[in-house]
Amino acid sequence: MGLASFIRSKLSSADVNSQIDRIKKPIGTLGYDPWGYNNDSVKFGMTLTRHLYEKYFRVETSGIENIPAEGPVLIIGNHSGQLPLDGILVGHALANREVNPRLPRAMIERFFPTVPWLGNMLNEVGAVLGDPINCAKMLENDEAIIVFPEGVRGSGKLYKDRYQLQRFGNGFMHLAMKYNAPIVPVGVVGCEETIPAIANIKPLAKALGVPYAPVALPFVLPAKVHLNFGKPMYFDSNEIPEEQVTERVEAVKSEINRLINKGLTERKRLF
Amino acid sequence: MSKKTRPQILVTGAAGTLAQQVINRLSATCDLVAVDFREKVDLGDSIPSYCIDFNKRVFEDLFRRYQFDGVIHLGRVQSSELTRMRRYNANVLGTQKLLDLSQKYGVKRVIVLSTYHVYGAVAYNPALIDESAPLKSAGLSADLVDSVELENLANLYLWRYPELNVTILRACNIVGPGVRNTMSRLLSSKAAPVLAGFSPMMQFIHIDDMADAITLTWQKTTKGVFNVAPHDWVAYQQALKLCGCTRIPIVSVPPVLPKTIARILKLRSFPHYLLAFFKYPVVIDGRTFAKEFNFEPKRSLTEIFHYYRNHK
Repeated sequence: MGLASFIRSKLSSADVNSQIDRIKKPIGTLGYDPWGYNNDSVKFGMTLTRHLYEKYFRVETSGIENIPAEGPVLIIGNHSGQLPLDGILVGHALANREVNPRLPRAMIERFFPTVPWLGNMLNEVGAVLGDPINCAKMLENDEAIIVFPEGVRGSGKLYKDRYQLQRFGNGFMHLAMKYNAPIVPVGVVGCEETIPAIANIKPLAKALGVPYAPVALPFVLPAKVHLNFGKPMYFDSNEIPEEQVTERVEAVKSEINRLINKGLTERKRLF
Repeated sequence: MSKKTRPQILVTGAAGTLAQQVINRLSATCDLVAVDFREKVDLGDSIPSYCIDFNKRVFEDLFRRYQFDGVIHLGRVQSSELTRMRRYNANVLGTQKLLDLSQKYGVKRVIVLSTYHVYGAVAYNPALIDESAPLKSAGLSADLVDSVELENLANLYLWRYPELNVTILRACNIVGPGVRNTMSRLLSSKAAPVLAGFSPMMQFIHIDDMADAITLTWQKTTKGVFNVAPHDWVAYQQALKLCGCTRIPIVSVPPVLPKTIARILKLRSFPHYLLAFFKYPVVIDGRTFAKEFNFEPKRSLTEIFHYYRNHK
């Protein structure tokens, strides 16, 4: 047994393993899917995120039952906090749902595959390059997909702009319409406070080939996180002008805004 | 004079294991002629075998002597072989000559073996690339231009001369007994280089399955471009582990470093212009071919890796 396998075996827990085994994934004979998802890595990753979810961020979730038990679905949320912690927490919430758990896939920024170790690691736990073809193929596979339509505009924003939704791309709506996938909005509250950034050093980001280089504390703060899932939104697949697609995107954005405000109202303290 | 009942087929790349497997499968029902530009291969009395450069005039004599019904072009020079110029001559100009002669002498079926390398390995590749995806390889490395050009030519003849019934097969990594390509060399070696921090998803097809796929393609005249790959995947480093290879990590960032190292080492199994394929995944979708030609690979990844592990 190699060192990595030994560490994995020591860190994975039996109840997490049985929870993952309950969820059937379309994988090949060696436990991989075409995007690099790997069952063993997910078990290991889930054990680590359980501590983050339950102990560090003490996540409170409501409305998780709104995500359909099966079939294609897009989980659309607000993006924040410099690191993709929001995607990890939303994914963990759905994978550990009491009834009909699902292992969702998260669409990630395009620079991740270029980062050694991190890119592969994210793929192994289910994250996928944010490409419309990937998203379409996974919806065909009846996957639940987490998308943050703000992209780096959302995750890289400064603390002074917290909870202000940035521009949403329309791509997710086109895919939802084409594949008859319901949209479940989610308002994430708390991740903005995990790594508050006061500035973005653009020249440094450019030199490093990363989307942003935040001026922030060199650790993640244990902010309490609230995840509020809304009711599924259904959109027909009729051919409509882009202007009307944008109107539909705005409707999803308004719902997410409402869910964020709900979370902010419910929140008693930051940490 | 007796009327010809068995189809006459020209198979190129006869010195390769794949061509020999295809010849074995078709020899019961077809008359075959084997040709290779590298060496003359002895395939028994019933199968004439020639060592000819496609660009030489004598190549046309074969078409005059035998009335070919079909051409199975497996004689593509791999990117790890010969110089760039010689590869261009063999793969592009040689294929053009082959297709010209096929058209001139009324060949009714042409099968061209291509490679998944034509899609190019870039960080932004989606998975399950289908046949309509752009061929990015030519823009990424001058050493892969001939592979893309060969495809472009075959595509041109596919649409310009529909009577040729051209089918292009873009295969994933062909591996197994007797295969001498880059990937097979890596899997058979005791120690194989990897780019530190990168383990892209890969697909492998056993040579027996690939030979079956080509035989099925011959049996059904559906023209077009098809990916050929099993619906199964594994990460590169995991594949090496399962083959019993020791992984030797090569520093991967900045990208110029591994390229320089590969240029200095000049490893045939790890050429600098294929480095991106060991960094980013190029996962192709072979389901259209499987459905159209009723193809199902019989050898699993485990079986493939067992072979390499047991033959170290």
